Amino acid sequence: MTSTTATSTMRPPRSEVGLIGWLRKNLFSSVTNTLLTIIGLWIIWKVITAAIGWAILSATFEGSDGAACSREHAGACWPFIQAKFSQFMYGRYPEPQRWRVDLTYVLAIAGLVPLMTPSVPGKLFNTLYMIVFFPIAAFFLLVGGYFGLPYVPTELWGGLLVTLVVASVGIAGAFPIGILLALGRRSKMPIVRWVSVGFIELVRGVPLITVLFMASVMLPLFLPEGVTIDKLLRALIMVALFSAAYLAEVIRGGLQAIPRGQFEAADALGLSYPQKMGLIVLPQALKLVIPGIVNTFIGLFKDTSLVLIIGIFDLLGIVQLNQTDAKWFSPSTGMTGYVFAGFVFWIFCFSMSRYSLFIERRLARGDRR
Amino acid sequence: MTATVQSPSPGPIAPPAKPNLLYRPEFRQAVYQILLVIALIIGFWAIAHNVAVNLARQNIASGFGFWTRTAGFDISQTLIEFDNQSTYGKAFWAGLMNTLLVAGLGIIFATILGFLVGIGRLSSNWLIAKLATAYVEILRNLPLLLQLFFWYFAVLKNLPGPRESISLPGGASLNVRGLYLPAPVPESGFGYVLAAFGIGILTSIAIAMWSKRRQLATGQRFPVLWTSLALIFLLPGAVYLVLGQPLGFEYPALRGFNFQGGMAVQPEFMALLVGLSTYTASFIAEIVRAGIAGVPRGQREAANAIGLSNGLTMRLVIIPQALRIIIPPLTSQYLNLAKNSSLAVAIGYPDFVSVFTGTVLNQTGQAVEVILLTMLVFLTISLLTSAFMNWFNKHIALVER
Amino acid sequence: MKSTTKLFALTTAVLVSTASFASAQTLDRVKQRGTLSCGVNVGLAGFSAPDDKGNWTGFDVDYCRAIAAAVLGDATKVRFVPTTAKERFTALQSGEIDVLNRNTTWTLARDSSLGLSFVGTNYYDGQGLMVKTGLKVKSAKELDGATVCVQTGTTTELNLADYFRVNKLAYKPVVFEKADEILQAYQAGRCDVYTTDASGLYAQRLQMQKPDEHIVLPEIISKEPLGPSVRQGDSQWFTIVRWVHFALLNAEEAGITKGNVDKMLESTNPDVRRILGKEGEFGKGIGLANDWAFQIIKQVGNYGEIFDATVGAGSRINIARGQNNLWTKGGLQYAPPIR
Repeated sequence: MTSTTATSTMRPPRSEVGLIGWLRKNLFSSVTNTLLTIIGLWIIWKVITAAIGWAILSATFEGSDGAACSREHAGACWPFIQAKFSQFMYGRYPEPQRWRVDLTYVLAIAGLVPLMTPSVPGKLFNTLYMIVFFPIAAFFLLVGGYFGLPYVPTELWGGLLVTLVVASVGIAGAFPIGILLALGRRSKMPIVRWVSVGFIELVRGVPLITVLFMASVMLPLFLPEGVTIDKLLRALIMVALFSAAYLAEVIRGGLQAIPRGQFEAADALGLSYPQKMGLIVLPQALKLVIPGIVNTFIGLFKDTSLVLIIGIFDLLGIVQLNQTDAKWFSPSTGMTGYVFAGFVFWIFCFSMSRYSLFIERRLARGDRR
Repeated sequence: MTATVQSPSPGPIAPPAKPNLLYRPEFRQAVYQILLVIALIIGFWAIAHNVAVNLARQNIASGFGFWTRTAGFDISQTLIEFDNQSTYGKAFWAGLMNTLLVAGLGIIFATILGFLVGIGRLSSNWLIAKLATAYVEILRNLPLLLQLFFWYFAVLKNLPGPRESISLPGGASLNVRGLYLPAPVPESGFGYVLAAFGIGILTSIAIAMWSKRRQLATGQRFPVLWTSLALIFLLPGAVYLVLGQPLGFEYPALRGFNFQGGMAVQPEFMALLVGLSTYTASFIAEIVRAGIAGVPRGQREAANAIGLSNGLTMRLVIIPQALRIIIPPLTSQYLNLAKNSSLAVAIGYPDFVSVFTGTVLNQTGQAVEVILLTMLVFLTISLLTSAFMNWFNKHIALVER
Repeated sequence: MKSTTKLFALTTAVLVSTASFASAQTLDRVKQRGTLSCGVNVGLAGFSAPDDKGNWTGFDVDYCRAIAAAVLGDATKVRFVPTTAKERFTALQSGEIDVLNRNTTWTLARDSSLGLSFVGTNYYDGQGLMVKTGLKVKSAKELDGATVCVQTGTTTELNLADYFRVNKLAYKPVVFEKADEILQAYQAGRCDVYTTDASGLYAQRLQMQKPDEHIVLPEIISKEPLGPSVRQGDSQWFTIVRWVHFALLNAEEAGITKGNVDKMLESTNPDVRRILGKEGEFGKGIGLANDWAFQIIKQVGNYGEIFDATVGAGSRINIARGQNNLWTKGGLQYAPPIR
């Protein structure tokens, strides 16, 4: 007997599709997996209840001093953050002058957003803005002393401002040095190569805090009699030299990825070494290593917190300083401060790492063409 | 321009007119290098000169004479004997040992945790994979210093004072001053137990080598793991029992302000170790994930096809191949961990930087000598670690055919 | 790259202060610059601490202001450079600061091998030990086996070791970089004892949640003469800073205060007239204006006024004058006469 009509297609068993199917496949496929799922759920439950309990349920939202937060089993002490917020952002930067910091941020965002969005045209102009106009404008805005802006000594800077200044000046200063070192490491001239390798390996071998200690206690002895450098600037110089070594290794990776043919073609055209590197090789190599550069920047951004060890008050430093304020003393003030600082750092680092991932995917898509 | 000069070709072509010396690449390279050397020499000379002049003018002591002078301060935790009558030189070693201790243990814990989280990220269990991802994304994006403060703070805040300390099984106690463990005190005859332990390890290595050769020759496997475990633990255990348990314990007891006796693990050390391990583990997890993902799919499918269980596939097929990808970046994470251990100075653990670059530098005032030595020490640690990992990498690479 | 070079040049111009040959001309340099660079503590209530607005206050801070008033005629012309215990001496040696006013103990080693010259003792201090009242400790001799929090790079770290060794007591040090960290650790119960200069203990106690739950033990275990220091080899500058200190003391002794200094100008007492520059050319002798001491007292006050307002009875810290009283009132503060 043959059937001439098609049998109606049977629906897949309910245990294989839909929510139940998904659960079975992804969470309860075997005994071990079920066990793991239960443990995972337990961890999530613990963490989430603890976090919500601390940050919301048992937290204090209003108050004007530490006494408000000094209950038994008190959670976060949010009024502390509220009261100290402007200090966390600007340090002791004089209050009437704080618009200058804000304006600097606005200028930076105005340049960075179009620069980082691949689809916006005018990259050349934009780059010029960021590497010529912006640093000069930011310098005069923040330091002052000209154009009727009062001079603000760097001892007054602090908080997020210092964190951002150290990280961005560090990376900007590291860039040219890093490129030179990377080129030097691949140079045919043995002495140049040895010097570059020596510098890179020396710097990568020692911890940043010894480098910072060097900036604070040793660098002044290196300078001729009577010449002194601002403490923040000393830290900036050392941070820039430090990250240059790491950046050099990232850029070297990009240089190695450029096909030989590009070098040979440039030679064949009779381009000089600076022309060859500046016009042909580096533009390609740098584009390849954007994710690596962003990652170096993330590392540097996190490492800026170390300047607190030499007595410069970055975000973490100023949070720590304020935790000892007698007025705000309570058992939970300290933890609240760290959580706040952690949150700010995390937002910055996480978004940068997402951006680096986005660029990486974009580049990979270009490769598959 | 200068193409003809670069490749002087013998032959009928008339040699070109001798070009200007300036256009010869060899000459220019030589000039550049000489200039660089001169610049470096001038730079170093200027620095050395300034340092010498500054030190002399201000009557600041220099040289390494301080090395044998009495330090006059104490260190809370040392692996070698140290008191305030010891020399600065000894303080150097005491600090260095503390750094090596925390770095060594940190590397072990970070590796274990990193591998677990990395494998967890690739787990077929959706929840576990997401949890592992959350772990990595949170810890990797926070400054280590902040995490150390957090851990130290959490440790101090949640542990009770010495008089209300938590008693743990086996005579240990935990309080805000640290974890106090009973200290083993060897009695006569304990040497035999140690000897048995050594023999156990050596025999296990021999068996492992023999079994590997046999497996390569005949394909037969030998339960190396179980025999080794038995040899290493049961043999000394038996000796221990036969000799009448020649090992006493010194139990910590509350006397005065603190627990005395026994072994103490400081909260600073605990916080530093936990902070360093969990932070580095988040990077290692990513490396492990990338390493495992880098092993071609076919390998796993082939292993499944010949009927290896998932566990065996992982252990015998995937991990050995993934290790080749993992080792080089793992090395730099180990180096980072060793360097990051210097953040101990912020939470009061007496590591090398805290003791030597901190206290010794301050008491002697000899910044130049102390910082140079510090850099030398870290460079040595870096070079030794890289050398070891390179050796290990080569050893692993040999497996490849 | 070009922009970086430019920026660097600009930065250099503004932030790098160059001056030729520091050795003998600190005074000229300060006058030329128009501000005094003064090294202070990063934060120690009563001695030097910034308030929320960034204004510095404290005993050491007022000494900086007094020097600026004497040298520049304006007590506000000071640039305060906060320094940590570790970097304070290098900052002075390198010329970043002109004078160090950072509760620093005068010792032979610092006078001889660190290239410093202490100008005098403006605060007689001693190292104290603070414990929680709950421990029921009455004397430092009962501290056998205690855990002690101490700051790195200080004389206190060494005195502590000496004291416990001499008295055959066991202890565990926990060493921190900054006073803030010690404060947190001590309050969390990490240490039984917090030790530093007694003045510092009183100041730090105020920053605690319940100040009356902590006591400073009666034993003072060391001598800690605190005072301003300058670079070695500039005797003119050394003399100036030293006599600013003496002028503050002499003014108190002569009864000249911030309030009555204008009236005192008319005084017929030759001591007062000499201090205020109405008689003799004493200011010129040390390279300053003749009304140098008048400016100090007018703008900052005399020694007693500074003491009271910052650490003494008029402040929250409320430390008794004790050894820091004038010699005429049973203390140790004694200044050579201005004549």
